[in-house]
Amino acid sequence: MKALTPYLQKPLVLIGGFLAFGWLLVAILAPVLAPYNPLQTLQPLVKPLTTGSNGEYFLLGTDMLGRDILSRLIWGAQTVVIYATLATLTAYILGLSFGLIAGYAGGRTDAVLCFLANVILSFPVLVLYIVIIVVIGASPVNIVIAVTFSSAPAIFRIVRAITIDVASRDFVKAAITQGESTWRILFIDILPNTTGPLAVDFCLRLGYTAITIGTLGFLGLGLPPPTPDWGGMVNEGRAMAIAFPHLVVFPCIAISTLTLGLSLLADGLREVNDAKERQA
Amino acid sequence: MSLGKFLIRKTAIAIATMVAVSFLIFLALEVNIEEVAVKVLGQYSTADQRAAWLLQNGYNDPFLIRYLRWLANFVTGDWGQSTYYRAPVMDMVLPRLGASAILAGGALLVIIIFGLGLGILAGMRPGTVLDRVISVFSVITTSIPDFASAVFLSGIFVFWLGLLPGASTMISGFSFRELILPVSVLGLYSMGYLARVTRASMVDVMSTHYIRTARLKGASLSRIVLRHALRNALITPVTVIMLQLPWLLSGVIVVEVFYAYKGFGTLLYDAALNQDIYLIEACAMISVLVVVLSQILSDVLYGWLNPRIELGAKA
Repeated sequence: MKALTPYLQKPLVLIGGFLAFGWLLVAILAPVLAPYNPLQTLQPLVKPLTTGSNGEYFLLGTDMLGRDILSRLIWGAQTVVIYATLATLTAYILGLSFGLIAGYAGGRTDAVLCFLANVILSFPVLVLYIVIIVVIGASPVNIVIAVTFSSAPAIFRIVRAITIDVASRDFVKAAITQGESTWRILFIDILPNTTGPLAVDFCLRLGYTAITIGTLGFLGLGLPPPTPDWGGMVNEGRAMAIAFPHLVVFPCIAISTLTLGLSLLADGLREVNDAKERQA
Repeated sequence: MSLGKFLIRKTAIAIATMVAVSFLIFLALEVNIEEVAVKVLGQYSTADQRAAWLLQNGYNDPFLIRYLRWLANFVTGDWGQSTYYRAPVMDMVLPRLGASAILAGGALLVIIIFGLGLGILAGMRPGTVLDRVISVFSVITTSIPDFASAVFLSGIFVFWLGLLPGASTMISGFSFRELILPVSVLGLYSMGYLARVTRASMVDVMSTHYIRTARLKGASLSRIVLRHALRNALITPVTVIMLQLPWLLSGVIVVEVFYAYKGFGTLLYDAALNQDIYLIEACAMISVLVVVLSQILSDVLYGWLNPRIELGAKA
């Protein structure tokens, strides 16, 4: 708990944490919090703060198929939390492993992996997604694959840079002299030293991934309907946004507050980490 | 390393990258020839028709041969026919690229003016209220996805205030008013990042000895900033601007779709929806080419602005 104190003193961390963990909580408690089934058609295009003809109360109104927007937002939180976390984690597993190997091995292995990473990174992110989705189709698993494929190289670069730095320190040399196995050195000696910068990157990347999943949904290339998905809700409601702005405004507020929370959290973590380093 | 040598090396790396990228794109879209035939001839073509088409177009050759032929055609300007629009891909891509360049150019202008401006203002006196406000503003703008800020800005300026058009179709000729919203959305997303980089760089420079000396000599803050600090503080931000291009290209797709702007982004998007593979290939190649070129430009700019850095040295 004591280790958390410097973080909790930062207003940025508090606000960011409140937003991010708030959405996490909403995602977990979705079955309890959502007033209606997100897929059930009740009454189409009811404006926010209205009571429906059967006595239901619609805080945020309903969409063109008569589904309660509040319930869809709450379940949409679960969708984005699950898929963004899953995609970011798989990207991390790949990026971390290859980054550690490239940074530690150096030489030709490093050169080849770096070249490959650069090739993937020279695609504008969205172009890469579009190409992948065209080839493998839009399904939940494929979206995770697409995000993993395009985020892993960026994580790889960060981990590789830190590994090169850490590997040159004395305790790693000592471990080599002691005859520790390479895997032990990589995962027990080097990996724990990368957590500071990676925690910051993880928050940021989680936010990017949420943005990406939202953007794919907005473009109609995301999770197939009727999955409650914030980006998809904007896409579906766009045609009627003039008469019924609530169709698009609430999902946009939802995704913006989530990503804002994550970047504030990342910012706060970075400031505390920097201050720690200056002290050390 | 001399500039000439440096450029030759960078160009070699860029060409190697483009070859690898082209191989990936071709592998992804054309390794399965049956699917190519379905995409070109449509779902309802018969097996015989597909087989005949594949034979006619040399698809029965080995994969590597097909790739090399495709690459050679691409380099010499034969980008194939769009299967959906039945028109040469190149004739479709180039005008759209021009339209998007207008959009991206406008966004870059916004990013440069506001990103650099806000960054300098914030970094001049770090820790002040102004600095705080600008920092929070830039975090907010970079956190909101393009499509959400498009919804918010359109909500305010189109539906609430009724000041601006909500679509940028340019249907009755070029219209500056129709550019304002898309350019703002694109600019808003990237300018926060540039502002933060500029601020950090400015804070660094403002704490150096030569600035302190200027201060002690009694020079005014505006003189210090304009005459002494800016020149050094802007080196990193200027190179960062070029590196914003890949993000801008992604944003262009979203913004063009949102505002129904007829540019490169909507072309790629429509191509994806129509499974128009030759058009997708060309668009993907062009967008990577733009990114690779902007990286070279950014490296050269960095070396030119900062003569202390040796070109090609490992940072």
